[in-house]
Amino acid sequence: MKKQKCWMLSLAVLLVCSSVLVACGGGSGADHNGKTLIYGRGADSTMLDPSLVTDGESFIVTENVFNGLLGFEKDSMEVVPALAESWEESDDGKTWTFQLREGVKFHDGTDFNADAVVFNFERWAKQELLPTEKDAYIYYGSMFGGYEGDEGHIIESVTALDETTVQFKLKEPQGPFLANLAMSPFGLASPTAVKGDPKKFAENPVGTGPFKFESWKKGDTITVVKNEDYWEEGLPKLDKVIFQSIPDNSARLTALQSGDIDIMDGLNPDDSETVSANDQFQLYERPPMNVGYLAFNVEKEPFKDRKVRQALNHAVNKEGLIKSFYGGKAEPATNPMPPSIWGFNQDIEGYEYDLEKAKELLEEAGYKDGFEVEFHAMPAPRPYMPDGRKIAEYIQADFEKIGVKTKIVSPEWTTYLEETNQGKHDMALLGWTGDNGDPDNFLYVLLDKDNARKPANNIAFYKSDKLHDILIKAQRETDQDKRSELYQEAQEIINNDAPWVPLVYANPTLAAQSNVEGFTPHPKGSDKLKEVDIGQ
Amino acid sequence: MIAYTIRRLLMLIPVLIGMSIITFSIVHAIPGGPAQAILGERATPEAIAQLNEKMGLNDPLTIQYFRYVGNLLQGDFGTSLKTGRPIVEEMGPYLAATFELAFFAMAFAIFFGVNLGILSAWRHNSVIDYTGMIIALVGVSMPIFWLGLMEQWIFAQELGWLPSNGRIDPRMGFESITNFYFLDALLRGDFVALQEVLSHLLLPAIALGTIPLAIIARMTRSSMLEVMGSDYIRTARAKGVSEGIVVYKHALKNAFIPIVTVFGLQMGMLLGGAVLTETIFSWPGVGRYLYDAINARDYPVIQSGILVVATIFVLINLIVDLLYAYIDPRIHYGKE
Repeated sequence: MKKQKCWMLSLAVLLVCSSVLVACGGGSGADHNGKTLIYGRGADSTMLDPSLVTDGESFIVTENVFNGLLGFEKDSMEVVPALAESWEESDDGKTWTFQLREGVKFHDGTDFNADAVVFNFERWAKQELLPTEKDAYIYYGSMFGGYEGDEGHIIESVTALDETTVQFKLKEPQGPFLANLAMSPFGLASPTAVKGDPKKFAENPVGTGPFKFESWKKGDTITVVKNEDYWEEGLPKLDKVIFQSIPDNSARLTALQSGDIDIMDGLNPDDSETVSANDQFQLYERPPMNVGYLAFNVEKEPFKDRKVRQALNHAVNKEGLIKSFYGGKAEPATNPMPPSIWGFNQDIEGYEYDLEKAKELLEEAGYKDGFEVEFHAMPAPRPYMPDGRKIAEYIQADFEKIGVKTKIVSPEWTTYLEETNQGKHDMALLGWTGDNGDPDNFLYVLLDKDNARKPANNIAFYKSDKLHDILIKAQRETDQDKRSELYQEAQEIINNDAPWVPLVYANPTLAAQSNVEGFTPHPKGSDKLKEVDIGQ
Repeated sequence: MIAYTIRRLLMLIPVLIGMSIITFSIVHAIPGGPAQAILGERATPEAIAQLNEKMGLNDPLTIQYFRYVGNLLQGDFGTSLKTGRPIVEEMGPYLAATFELAFFAMAFAIFFGVNLGILSAWRHNSVIDYTGMIIALVGVSMPIFWLGLMEQWIFAQELGWLPSNGRIDPRMGFESITNFYFLDALLRGDFVALQEVLSHLLLPAIALGTIPLAIIARMTRSSMLEVMGSDYIRTARAKGVSEGIVVYKHALKNAFIPIVTVFGLQMGMLLGGAVLTETIFSWPGVGRYLYDAINARDYPVIQSGILVVATIFVLINLIVDLLYAYIDPRIHYGKE
């Protein structure tokens, strides 16, 4: 009994103490050493070796720790020099020679030079120094046609000509080659650190970027600190950046409002008005590099008939969708890729919202009384589709007006992806966010017949030989103007065949405290924070 | 007592074996099998065959099961598919975070729950009693997520008194020793950190502790009422023992047995509620860890996570049973 009483008593003391401590605390008792920025985001990174991951949350961090040979302009997908200062292309488009920046060091003091570049590319091509069984350099495989020894592998060799010159020899010319090199996954890692312990490297990244990795508290925060020896003069401006994961969008907004974080990613479209109405905060719109769409499974009746697909294209009110579900932060889509990508076909106007025309087309196709199908609506919010189910219901109502009855199904997210890439759906909502700003990354990936093999990215299972020829030709071409022409043509074919209803190009929104300066959201979704500063 | 404890511990064995069979089956029941799950749906048949061979997945299930249990006994819980790290290493900090939160939630629930219950029973049918029981009723019917969001809105956003997320202000750069931040702050004698840790704990602990608080209050009240009417209490009062001692010493002692049961059950429920609370307050605990694993279909993590949580649940029940025997001398488990 005595013991019990002691226990109760100590609990009581503990609670009283805690309330007293908290009460007298007031503001944060934190010690502000220099300029620290907290970036609030939806999830933790999976690994910090960019060549191993595919999730955007991992790149948000690695983008600031690593540099690639090339990079993107700070607000567009234009390729700019990074660790390579200049480059030359041979006439046949198969040999690329890069001149490297001098005097750059990795965070661990290792010199950056041509050998380091060769080391990184060989590691990826040969699938060496992988931390675990199941890992693979996924992006390397998909951007460069596989790995060493694979038939489609496009890189024949990477050679160090001298200390600061690297030469790539390709088996075939590759149109998006430079854009590929500029992608986040191809950040160059310190050979010393990787060879030391590849497993540890995925947790303790060492690159040449503006920030050095400091610590990682799983599920909570990743801290990076200023790289004092960074090669860009006067950068970075911050002393420390902390990436904090706060999974719930509203909780993250609360954290911003209570001053716990400085920048928040993934603002709900509904909340953008609250933020912009308050002087204390800034609202940012990320330039869209995505498309949200409704795909028809053209392997199934009645979607085999082009007229039916065109009819349904006329029956979707995109403006209404944007007003109702995107808080106005989106543009109606006309093509399978957004206008931020070069090669976008401006002349295509898309199918206007016209239920009468839709009915006529259905009648011509022999479906005067309509038909009944299943409608897959995604259960999880995505940047290009904040609420799949509600959007499906909205579209459903219009379809019903032209006699097309739909039953909305919405299995959980992973099952959803499985069912759609196996073609179990009649029609389905989905979307895509670009990787490298190249039209190939949208058109070929999402609508070429090569990608209609199950599990498919082309979930319309649309197979057009004519389109395929154009897309392959464009892949082999290195002249951007010629490629652009080919892609314009490709978009016409797609528009006419209407395997999708392209719905929207969404502008994801971010918010920040008003004293955050120099932040530019990048279309690809992961931002460089080297120019960001905190004012008074 | 010792014999009883040993017997109860032995009885754990079949329970744990049962649980390990269930968690073992989780991975083997998925379509395509473990190799497919590890390599992903785009894996080639050759790669799957190779991995099956390498991991011994072609062996009979019984052999695989014993290997699995053998690994578990050696502390090898497998490797996360998502991060490629050993689960044991990964889970530690998450578990610690959950325990810390659960401990404070329970402390809050017990302290206020028991006292509220006592107060209601002591002033039976008075305004205090009614108020207490209305509080308990509201508490028990309050959805955790709603309460959590309200707390955040009022105390973090509007009043700005308390932080709305995380375990500590990340700007502090607090380095943990044991992963129990409260303990770490004490060990370091760092009172600024201690205050930070407690202020971060307060809102989620209240959110998580409110339902158990309400249940404990009601249980304590009814249990106390029963005891307070008994003869020995009247005798004690007649002897002129002070009211405080009557209530807290004589009555509470006998009222405590059913209350302990409720503690135990609530502790189990708490672990379930932790998933919600951890999501709302961005608390990096084991609930979040499991939730993320389920989203990523990280089967080995789901498997081990469930096993660990279930084991904790079973252990808590055991502790509760042992506490009975300790509190109530009438319960002589040793003799049949």
